[in-house]
Amino acid sequence: MHEFDWSSIPNALPFLWDGMKISLEITLSAVVFGIVWGTLLALMRLSSVSVLSWFAAAYVNLFRAVPLVMVLLWFFLIVPHLLERLFGLPPGSDVRLASAIAGFALFEAAYYSEIIRAGIQSVPKGQMAAASALGMTYGQSMRLVVLPQAFRNMVPLLLTQGIILFQDTSLVYVSALADFFGAAYKVGDRDGRLVELLLFAGVVYFIICFAASRLVRHFQNRLKTA
Amino acid sequence: MKKNMTRQVLALALATGMLSATPLLAQELTGTLKKIKDTGIIALGHRESSIPFSYYDDKQQVIGYSHELMLKVVDAVKTELKMAKLDTKLMPVTSANRITLVQNGSVDIECGSTTNNTERQKQVSFSNSIFAIGTRLMTKTNSGIKDFPDLAGKNVVTTAGTTSERLLRRMNEEKQMKMNVISAKDHGESFLTLETGRAVAFMMDDALLYGEMAKAKRASDWAVVGTPQSFEAYGCMMRKDDPAFKKVVDAALAKAMTSGEAEKIYAKWFLQPIPPKGLNLNFPLSDVVKALYKAPNDKAFD
Amino acid sequence: MAYNWNWGVFLQPTATGDDTYLGWMFYGFKMTIALSLSAWLIALAVGAVVGILRTVPNKLLAGIATAYVEVFRNIPLLVQLFLWYFVMPELLPEQLGNAFKQTNPILQQFLASMVCLALFTSARVAEQVRSGINSLPPGQKNAGLAMGFTLAQTYRHVLLPMAVRLIVPPLTSEFLNIFKNSAVCSTIGLLELAAQGRQLVDYTAQPYESFIAVTLAYLTINVVVMFGMRWVEARVRVPGYIGAK
Repeated sequence: MHEFDWSSIPNALPFLWDGMKISLEITLSAVVFGIVWGTLLALMRLSSVSVLSWFAAAYVNLFRAVPLVMVLLWFFLIVPHLLERLFGLPPGSDVRLASAIAGFALFEAAYYSEIIRAGIQSVPKGQMAAASALGMTYGQSMRLVVLPQAFRNMVPLLLTQGIILFQDTSLVYVSALADFFGAAYKVGDRDGRLVELLLFAGVVYFIICFAASRLVRHFQNRLKTA
Repeated sequence: MKKNMTRQVLALALATGMLSATPLLAQELTGTLKKIKDTGIIALGHRESSIPFSYYDDKQQVIGYSHELMLKVVDAVKTELKMAKLDTKLMPVTSANRITLVQNGSVDIECGSTTNNTERQKQVSFSNSIFAIGTRLMTKTNSGIKDFPDLAGKNVVTTAGTTSERLLRRMNEEKQMKMNVISAKDHGESFLTLETGRAVAFMMDDALLYGEMAKAKRASDWAVVGTPQSFEAYGCMMRKDDPAFKKVVDAALAKAMTSGEAEKIYAKWFLQPIPPKGLNLNFPLSDVVKALYKAPNDKAFD
Repeated sequence: MAYNWNWGVFLQPTATGDDTYLGWMFYGFKMTIALSLSAWLIALAVGAVVGILRTVPNKLLAGIATAYVEVFRNIPLLVQLFLWYFVMPELLPEQLGNAFKQTNPILQQFLASMVCLALFTSARVAEQVRSGINSLPPGQKNAGLAMGFTLAQTYRHVLLPMAVRLIVPPLTSEFLNIFKNSAVCSTIGLLELAAQGRQLVDYTAQPYESFIAVTLAYLTINVVVMFGMRWVEARVRVPGYIGAK
């Protein structure tokens, strides 16, 4: 059996916390951007302009067909290259964080857009008809009538997707960014205590995600009864 | 020369569509130097576990022989560009992604444990060499492995993207040795693979092998053995076709080497106790490195 | 754009002389398929059992099944993979752990990846199975029991045949996910498709070609699976039920 030695964890806590902040930063920015861009994609997908709906469908299907690891590698290794070549720009300050956030946001937007599209379609057609009968434009009825109801129905799903996203942030490991998992791995690697640090990381992720999913469920039940 | 440059500037301006926006400044700066001057930042590529060249100490700070030399270069760049302040941005790289990250502009210069060879010169450019190594094996003292032929049919680990990986796979193919070659992500992971018994030997640059030994639970359990399969020179890596930047880098390194500064840095990392465990590598200055210090050059050994 | 496109690079012999770069890609492709399919079969079997257990009246069994699902759903796949590959052999009795570690590394990586993907996915399959069974009207179960079936017989002859057909569409997306998730296994050194793509970037210095080729390979897998599953879905659709039009 393995002799456990947990002594490297207490000293590494500030570094691990820095990593956790990066994980949370990526999660939050990707959730916010993903929902905004996902909403736009969903609206395009449902729009009657065929170019827009075709574009949105192609975008969503492309991103949903490719593994997240590949998307992150594209953004980490290729896209800075591409942007630089296209625009002759000096590369930005922290390519890893920027590329990770961009990669996640664009990737998650595809998933969010599917949730949001289903949400919009779940609002009875009569609502849209009633809004236009009241003299609202398409934009107004979407913004004031359909979307608020759709979002209310979707909140639990959007939050659950956020938890999945938080778990997926560990994949920035491929770009050597020290998120929580990366930090834990680095400490374990440095001190030769990988077994302990990996177990520690697993427990931390479990506690956070389990607690978060319980909260979402609680919220979902309240929404149902309300 | 002048004409050529004008054409380059013009092409750049056209390509970026900023012809009208950017006045053509009278300064001569191009490429990486211009980028550093404009942004006030130099992006340094470093390793996470290339002991004692470039690695993290227990406070997660980058330290090491190559890293100190790289900081000499940073000072020289700052002086050259007459900048009051030059920020450094540290970017960890691995053996497998370092070349791509230099090419794609994420990293301006990488001093770690990168071999300068003709194959890589097609993709990036190298500074004056800063070290020389031979590729050998690390194994448990009681494993019975003395040299490469003993590896036939065994599990052998090496780090992905290194020259050792290529040499090992080619040897396996040519001599039909039926080794199982494991390619780990970084030297730390390679050593872990060796230490946990997944592989009987770890092929890598000898200096790095001694460095990994410094991390082992019991250094005396391990030995570096075998006939070197290649001799290689380490250099700092930069983007290709940027002679102005290379000149500054080369001059800074040459100055450090000929002035005796480099030898002091060498002594600090190879002949004295180093983090993380305070082990002394006792790796005496080789004649090849001595010659490099005397007459700095950027020649590959192959 | 100063990039030198060179699609011919795939036909060149590799730097180690064992194959062409296209051969490496194909090896990775086969590895991805073999890994995903084997993990999928295990995930279906384990997921079905756990999913059924979650719906049985026995509190202990249902509780164990729920704990199983929560554990595998709330730890990131990458962490699970590293736990299987790096941690598990150290926790086993020494002889067993060593025996595992001395085997062929490709086999080690494959087994760790397969078990990891299978159990990770099984928790998701279990959720689908549970919701499939729960979506059936309670009258079905009661009717089964009233006819004198035991609980096991009720599941076997009444509930499961319906539930299985209902959950095929949601399972399609899990099936697609397993191929995508298999790319994570490149991180422990398994030379599947994504790993070969990265290796090609390193060896050929033609990043665009390598990544485009790998991305196209994943798209192909996706399209093939989607059409295959659509065919299955059409075959098993329950007339008059949700999803049947």
